[in-house]
Amino acid sequence: MNKIVDKEYFSENVVKFEVEAPLIARSRKAGHFVIVRAGDKGERIPLTIAASDVAKGTITIVIQAVGASSKKICELNVGEYITDVVGPLGQATHVENYGTVVCAGGGVGIAPMLPIIEAMKKAGNRVISVLAARNKDLVILEKQVSEYSDEVIVMTDDGSSGQKGLITNGVEMVLNREKVDLCVTIGPAIMMKFVSLLTKKYNIPTMASLNTIMVDGTGMCGACRITVAGKTKFVCVDGPEFNAHDVDFDEMLMRLKAYN
Amino acid sequence: MTEQGYIQARRSEPWREELRKSMKAKERGERARVHMPELDPEIRSHSLKDEVNLGLSAEQAVFEAARCLDCANPTCMEGCPVSINIPTFIKNIERGNFLEAARILKETSALPAVCGRVCPQEKQCESKCIYIQKMKKEPVAIGNLERFAADYERESGKVAVPELAPANGIKIAVVGSGPAGLAFAGDMVKLGYDVTVFEALHEIGGVLKYGIPEFRLPNEIVDVEINVLRQMGVKFITNCIVGKTITHEDLHNDGFKGIFAASGAGLPNFMNIPGENLIGVMSSNEFLTRVNLMDASNPDSDTPVQMGKKVAVVGAGNTAMDAVRTARRLGAEKAYIIYRRSEEEMPARLEEVKHAKEEGVEFYTLHNPVKYEGDETGHVQKMLLQKMELGEPDASGRRKPAPIEGATEWFDVDQVIVSVGVSPNPLIPSTFKGLEVSKWGTIVVNQDTMQSALPDVYAGGDIVRGGATVILAMGDGRKAAAAMNKALKEQN
Ligand SMILES: Cc1cc2nc3c(=O)[nH]c(=O)nc-3n(C[C@H](O)[C@H](O)[C@H](O)COP(=O)(O)OP(=O)(O)OC[C@H]3O[C@@H](n4cnc5c(N)ncnc54)[C@H](O)[C@@H]3O)c2cc1C
Ligand SMILES: Cc1cc2nc3c(=O)[nH]c(=O)nc-3n(C[C@H](O)[C@H](O)[C@H](O)COP(=O)(O)OP(=O)(O)OC[C@H]3O[C@@H](n4cnc5c(N)ncnc54)[C@H](O)[C@@H]3O)c2cc1C
Ligand code: SF4
Ligand code: SF4
Ligand code: FES
Repeated sequence: MNKIVDKEYFSENVVKFEVEAPLIARSRKAGHFVIVRAGDKGERIPLTIAASDVAKGTITIVIQAVGASSKKICELNVGEYITDVVGPLGQATHVENYGTVVCAGGGVGIAPMLPIIEAMKKAGNRVISVLAARNKDLVILEKQVSEYSDEVIVMTDDGSSGQKGLITNGVEMVLNREKVDLCVTIGPAIMMKFVSLLTKKYNIPTMASLNTIMVDGTGMCGACRITVAGKTKFVCVDGPEFNAHDVDFDEMLMRLKAYN
Repeated sequence: MTEQGYIQARRSEPWREELRKSMKAKERGERARVHMPELDPEIRSHSLKDEVNLGLSAEQAVFEAARCLDCANPTCMEGCPVSINIPTFIKNIERGNFLEAARILKETSALPAVCGRVCPQEKQCESKCIYIQKMKKEPVAIGNLERFAADYERESGKVAVPELAPANGIKIAVVGSGPAGLAFAGDMVKLGYDVTVFEALHEIGGVLKYGIPEFRLPNEIVDVEINVLRQMGVKFITNCIVGKTITHEDLHNDGFKGIFAASGAGLPNFMNIPGENLIGVMSSNEFLTRVNLMDASNPDSDTPVQMGKKVAVVGAGNTAMDAVRTARRLGAEKAYIIYRRSEEEMPARLEEVKHAKEEGVEFYTLHNPVKYEGDETGHVQKMLLQKMELGEPDASGRRKPAPIEGATEWFDVDQVIVSVGVSPNPLIPSTFKGLEVSKWGTIVVNQDTMQSALPDVYAGGDIVRGGATVILAMGDGRKAAAAMNKALKEQN
């Protein structure tokens, strides 16, 4: 049982929670995630750890209501409990001074991107963050992102904030303009697929953080498996980050529909 | 006293002598084995939770117990990996002292109600019974009697909470709450240690909960045992992954003086054939975890599970049988076992194979999948099967299957469950620096003490053996507890 100590709405369907989890707060690194479950009949779903406060013993998660389980969690309030929180899971992001790093986050992918942006900046990189969403209301965490970015480019489908266009337009603009050493992308699978195709064209090393369906998150079930460079990998233990140019995104998109 | 001497001393107790004489050996030997009453196959193949084996009545148990000849040299005990004093518990059943029978079982087995249900008795204790060895008759139903005594004790509400040695304040950590971890925890808490079990999942019990279905092993039975451990003072911390949430160093810093690694063999093997990542192809671990741990077939549960109409399960171990029988219960009209060897080589328990057949499961032996194809949405539609034949015996003594050139056939399916074995969970081997790990990924231990290359870390169960059995896992836990206790006593 993990107590919710703070709740904030980033938009109608995107909620930030601060949750008591002292051991996880202490051991987590950028790129790690947790599996949470709400209620006795609840499903185990993966969520990235967006931030942590070791002194308070809390972790921050940002969750978008897309289906039954994420909705159920979004409805919880301060003082209530998340039944289970387990982690930190997955491999931490490999952070070093690459030079210039483009961080391309779409939709709720911005939340898991935040700790990576912070870690990349602290490692001495020039960080250019490209944030994209359907409209202004869905662009979350812009202020926090700008704190650790040398530049923030916002793209919206309808032009209601930043520039009108897709995330790939924003990324390509940067690639055309200056030398980029690494791209990191997190967001819906379809978005990551197109970012990856773009950076491949420009030969820019790219990491994608994959959000496959999971059950245990510890390597026990294989629900999260995908093909990377022709080999089957388990996202929960081998990932969630992989070399985007090696990921079979079409297979991933297909597998995401397993329970639709 | 030597073990042999102890067995003899018990056998010579006056009540035992008298009971032996009360019926002629010939008369005992002429009795037919009492068969376990079972739920009707038609009813049970639609019921996920109702237990298939119904258990013996008291009359049946006493009748069966009288078949046991109370041998001077009980060879049955050699077949039990933990050497349960089999004639002593059986003779207590015969004289109607069921609680005493349960107590005898608990001297050696931490979970008799579990082992009585899931032990491969026909390959262990019962295979060494004099009835089958010398008399060419069906062995005494040792497993069924074990289950009877343990169930009787539980249902009587008189579950004895064992006596504890005075608390010694020494903190011991257990990684994993499967049978190995539970058995170890039970013994250490009895010896006075302060025991904490860390479990990665949100439930206690390991494979007993997430793997073995309730129609073979009801959760309630596992929970009773866990509650006894709780009452004895064992602490359970769920949602805590050792190596991730807390590290080996954290355990040291928190003052744990000994660690027992019992993290099991949770990693599912796949065959790496084309189409294996299609929707509808999954590991037996995924399928059974969704159904058993997450209760996914219950409409109230948020977790989904695919329920195919034509389900093929690849493999023929206990896990495969559990998966195929579960698929039938979730509504599969056709459920198949696809196995590359013949029925003789199947690793599953005989009883499971028999039950599966009664429940309408069809067996395709000497067939092996080589690829899967899906429909336009990526959902598996058919599998290509390669026909096999048996060649020379391999290292395991089983005849090695070889493909028959050109003999393939397409087979329509809408769900495939891959159940071709598991590998050790790599987390502990990879995060505890200094452990010796075999090429199979198992933790290497001293066979007599279960101590690993790290002096404070002992290990047992599937993480040491690869996929094994409940009773062997439990036996390891008990052996490790005895050895760790001795080592800690010598230190102090
Ligand atoms: C490692 C990892 C980290 C993740 N981190 C976060 C996070 O920080 N915040 C967060 O909100 N989510 C995150 N996710 C995704 C989150 O786990 C899923 O959104 C959630 O499991 C959906 O469950 P549900 O029952 O609410 O929806 P479902 O009923 O399972 O799905 C509803 C619909 O949403 C679609 N869908 C599912 N997941 C996504 C997705 N990620 N993006 C877009 N559409 C999706 C499905 O295809 C389906 O159509 C992460 C996933 C992984 C694997
Ligand atoms: C479906 C199925 C059916 C079976 N049927 C039979 C049968 O009929 N008879 C029989 O004798 N045997 C059977 N077996 C085998 C038997 O269940 C296993 O041999 C036995 O459970 C092994 O026990 P264990 O304690 O070593 O590990 P497990 O039971 O696997 O328990 C290990 C536990 O450790 C936890 N864990 C792993 N890593 C960590 C970590 N880092 N931190 C914290 N916790 C961790 C896991 O979540 C798990 O709960 C079956 C197995 C399966 C899968
Ligand atoms: S524990 Fe298993 S092998 Fe031992 S006596 Fe009981 S059923 Fe037989
Ligand atoms: S060998 Fe068979 S008959 Fe003899 S003591 Fe054991 S169970 Fe009884
Ligand atoms: S979620 Fe089960 S193996 Fe990755």
